Amino acid sequence: MGDVEATLIEKSRIMDETRMERALSRLATEIVEANHGAENIYLVGIRRRGVPLAERLRDKIEANEGTRPIYGIIDITLYRDDLSTVGANPIVNRTELAEDIDGKCVVLVDDVLYTGRTIRAALDQLMDFGRPRRVQLAVLIDRGKEHRELPIQADFVGKVVPTKATEIIKVMLKEFDDIEAVGIFERPSE
Amino acid sequence: MEKPFRRRDLLGIRDLNAAEIRGILDTAENFREINSREIKKVPTLRGKTVINLFFENSTRTRTSFEIAAKRLSADAVNISVSSSSVTKGETLVDTALNLDAMDPDCIVVRHGSAGVPHQLAKVSRAAIVNAGDGANEHPTQALLDAMTIREHKGRIDGLKVAIIGDILHSRVARSNIHLLTKLGATVKVAGPGTLVPHDFGYLVESGLMMCPHIEDAIEGADVVMILRIQRERQDSAYFPTLREYSIHYGLTTARLDLAQRDAIVLHPGPMNRGIEIASDVADSSRSLILDQVKYGVAVRMAVLYLSTGGSMGNA
Repeated sequence: MGDVEATLIEKSRIMDETRMERALSRLATEIVEANHGAENIYLVGIRRRGVPLAERLRDKIEANEGTRPIYGIIDITLYRDDLSTVGANPIVNRTELAEDIDGKCVVLVDDVLYTGRTIRAALDQLMDFGRPRRVQLAVLIDRGKEHRELPIQADFVGKVVPTKATEIIKVMLKEFDDIEAVGIFERPSE
Repeated sequence: MEKPFRRRDLLGIRDLNAAEIRGILDTAENFREINSREIKKVPTLRGKTVINLFFENSTRTRTSFEIAAKRLSADAVNISVSSSSVTKGETLVDTALNLDAMDPDCIVVRHGSAGVPHQLAKVSRAAIVNAGDGANEHPTQALLDAMTIREHKGRIDGLKVAIIGDILHSRVARSNIHLLTKLGATVKVAGPGTLVPHDFGYLVESGLMMCPHIEDAIEGADVVMILRIQRERQDSAYFPTLREYSIHYGLTTARLDLAQRDAIVLHPGPMNRGIEIASDVADSSRSLILDQVKYGVAVRMAVLYLSTGGSMGNA
């Protein structure tokens, strides 16, 4: 993976640290507003990059509302629909939903919404854990409806970025990368 | 990142490198969480068929593999020798080819003769997982032992492990010796002279020691692994009586006191209480025998996932 990423060429920068910070602040506000407070919110980050984003949303909601939303992590590997076609075995990580999701307003958090298949897998897994009152989706970047392969839309969006299928959106976070930014990348033409 | 496990077959620990072993253990640790859910099932291996082909009796291992397959949504089929056509004279390879014709994705095999899984791997398109072959290897047992040790000690590297009992006939001992030395533990084995083989010489450099007395092996150990004494061996004159075996090689509280204060006790089961392990040791908080069984399911889920999930090699 690392080698492939190293050869990508950045075409344009969509967000820098300040703009990402602003987008997350707005998302935090919208999530609280839509759920009439922070009391019943269960933020669930989708591994990997949804996890630090969900943590930031949790901290912002706590700072604004004085209530710390419940928080969990979902790893979708075991619910993927492409296990027989992907080359090597994807690494399995842990799902951590310590608190019961029954009756909660679950907000799934991911970095990029593209085909919708990751969200489908996360929803299936969520249903195996219980019956949330409702499930919403928050993403930092929505690549646009035309890429969707399933009828899935986000409730809270940091920024809609229409892209070509050949382009790659990278959300870079200080937990995994050196910087905080979102960029559009492309493979170098042969 | 560690190199992931990339072999379709799991025939023995001897064929694996340290990174592959750690890869399996890390995967198994992440599978543990599924076993504590209310709905203990994920759709990962939906549509895959796992055949448990057991030529030797086994309740624990077969059940463990079956539960592992079912929790991953694979279809598990159990074949035991008493109901198979092997008793009607079919050769091993013919049995394998017939099963293969039904397109299973994985065959888990246990057999009394060493090398049977390797034979099946040559003729079958399915992934072959060794669930114990003769006195050769029992890789998933060593993996679940390692998982138990890691869970309680946080590491394997640098630990002192004593393996006590019938080393000669024990596939559990062989797989464990390979695994533990590959991961950097020091292994001391002890047992009656007739039951400790002398063909482990090549492993001495990787940290294996043969001890004449059980006390030498246990002294200072972080982990004490007791092997089951197979009662049928008594007739073969490897040791005079079970009672004498128990006196010289049974794990008692007094002997366990020679180990580290926080030493843990493992036993692959089924136990002969009062022979290789005293009842009070078996029931003490230092004995992790039921943890081993519990982690066995997670380890087997990881092995089934890694050998059947994704398209590896010639699928």
